[in-house]
Amino acid sequence: MLSIKNLKASVDDKQILKGLNLEVKAGEVHAIMGPNGSGKSTLANVLAGRDGYTVDSGEVIYEGKDLTDMDPEIRAREGIFLAFQYPVEIPGVNNVYLLKAALNALRKHRGEAELDAFEFLALVKEKMQIVKMKEDLLNRAVNEGFSGGEKKRNEIFQMALLEPRLAILDETDSGLDIDALKIVAKGVNELRSKERAIILVTHYQRLLDYIVPDHVHVLSDGRIIKSGDKDLALELEEKGYDWVLEGADAA
Amino acid sequence: MSSPQTKNHVNNLAENYVTAFSKQKYTDSLPWLTTHRQSAFDHFQDAGFPTRRHENWKYTDMSSITKTGFVLANADHNLIGDGELDNILYGQKNSHEVVFINGQFSSKHSNIGTLPDNVIVGSLREALRNTPELLETSLNQCINSEHHIFAALNTAIFNDGAFIYVPDNIVIEEPVVLYFISSFSDKALAMAPRNLIVMGKHAEANVIESFHGLQGIVSFTNTITEIETAEGALLEHYKVQQENTESFHIGGTHLKQHRNSRVESHSISLGGSVVRNDIVTELGDEGAEIILNGLYMGNGRQHVDNHTLVNHSKPNTQSEENYRGVLDGRAQGVFNGKVIVHKDAQKISAAQSNANLLLSDTAEIDTKPELEIYADDVKCSHGATIGQLDKNMLFYLRSRGIDEDTARSLLTFAFADDIIRRIKFAPVRDRLEFSVGGRLPDADLIQANLNSARKK
Repeated sequence: MLSIKNLKASVDDKQILKGLNLEVKAGEVHAIMGPNGSGKSTLANVLAGRDGYTVDSGEVIYEGKDLTDMDPEIRAREGIFLAFQYPVEIPGVNNVYLLKAALNALRKHRGEAELDAFEFLALVKEKMQIVKMKEDLLNRAVNEGFSGGEKKRNEIFQMALLEPRLAILDETDSGLDIDALKIVAKGVNELRSKERAIILVTHYQRLLDYIVPDHVHVLSDGRIIKSGDKDLALELEEKGYDWVLEGADAA
Repeated sequence: MSSPQTKNHVNNLAENYVTAFSKQKYTDSLPWLTTHRQSAFDHFQDAGFPTRRHENWKYTDMSSITKTGFVLANADHNLIGDGELDNILYGQKNSHEVVFINGQFSSKHSNIGTLPDNVIVGSLREALRNTPELLETSLNQCINSEHHIFAALNTAIFNDGAFIYVPDNIVIEEPVVLYFISSFSDKALAMAPRNLIVMGKHAEANVIESFHGLQGIVSFTNTITEIETAEGALLEHYKVQQENTESFHIGGTHLKQHRNSRVESHSISLGGSVVRNDIVTELGDEGAEIILNGLYMGNGRQHVDNHTLVNHSKPNTQSEENYRGVLDGRAQGVFNGKVIVHKDAQKISAAQSNANLLLSDTAEIDTKPELEIYADDVKCSHGATIGQLDKNMLFYLRSRGIDEDTARSLLTFAFADDIIRRIKFAPVRDRLEFSVGGRLPDADLIQANLNSARKK
């Protein structure tokens, strides 16, 4: 589904990703771990097409299409979803409007009819259950006045509604208490499917107790230096990043 | 230095006013009015049209107005085509509609309806004939003609406008809507509507002034509204300026507020080539309060200038001001909000905020909050911001599949709607939301936003 080859990417003329390779197949959950500054969030933002993140070389192929020059809205319509590390508050823009506009843009892109108000609301209510989101948040401005946990839940709720093919969760666990973490993890697990791939970007192993990945990669200085299965995350938790960094240096 | 040609044109417009003034003089039969007019005209003749050398006109160039050969509108210029009003009238049931065509009261198009006893809503010219005693004590009482030269000019030459008189303890439930429409004429017309709103003790009313111009009509409107609110009166005042982008509009709202009276002012400028609005209020007794909300939007080469002046003359008075501007293309905006806290006006509170959104690299805003405080126990704040659309917000919307144009228009609209949603009179609010949304791409989606927001 996603094939990243020798990706080099910069932010503000500073190269952060320095030759990253990653293969993600449909149905898989990949965890990208690594110390602060290793390039985890850069990878997430490059995949979503954020302005200011420049691909210098290498390729990013998603479902056979080159992502590097694609506008973020087209990526979204093609099925890529980024759950933000810091979801943005947008005063004056109503949540319902955002959801409706987003869902209809996706449906239109896929050649499907727009949902009528009744179908839309029914779908929204169903998906809100997945992350136990309070209904009154719907009529508020996007993320405005939401607690940290509510913002993260809202991201997963949007993901549930938009049903992406490739979901990238950027530090979704950060700032969550254990109860909220369980709810979010349960939501993500419900969205695991044979057709969908999920990339979890995280600093801590904690999230992976609840969302068990198929593959774990350690990112350091813009490259993946070690890959393994879920046990790698446990080992990292136990021995710390220094262990794998030293190992990489030795090799 | 102005070129000889420009100077000549300046004189032409001024001469037109001189002619109009001398004609006017002979039609007035009220000596007190003649005295006001003569004194105001003397001020105008002494000062002339302001140039950018005047501090108050530093950013607004009048020469495009004085260069156009305007003719003063008179009672013969009150024609409008059938159906032209259909898209202009708000159509609110039971509202009291007063229509002015090219500054002239049109009884044919007005629908004043039933009013409470002793309330007067109608033409100022008629009121000068029918109830001059009411006007003698109230007309031209709120204006400093020396400092406001266009107000002086208006005093000198106005021939009509609206008169609203609400006696003590009377509430006009339904809004009074004043329409000022620039209509067809063989010449470019200059108008000087003069409105007077007198609110008795504990009287309540909502008044909307709505300015429109038919397509292709170049006009110059120099409009002045005086408002006096007696003790405990409540007034909601709206000024909606939606003239076409070839028109010129210089307007002033001058208020005198007495004890515990409260005025909520909404000033919306969307149209016009060169637009200037002055709001000047005197919080003249304890407990007087004014809320000033404003929105200006410009595109192309529009120039819109808002000046507000709040005089806290007495203790325990309050003012709160929120103005927002959205400027695109090569549009220029000016905001100058001055608050003067006079000596011994203790325990007042004055808050002022001006936020601007620049949508292009060539749009411009000059914003200047000014505080002059001569008392020592006061609560004052002010702030001005100038920004562009937030990149993080744009990316967030786009990452959800919303295209860039829609995302931009949505954020712009949300910015403007912070002012529009304060408007309580639904037909005006809806019209504005449509007008503002309609100026942006994908307005239909934005309207969907409103509908979903309203459903709560």
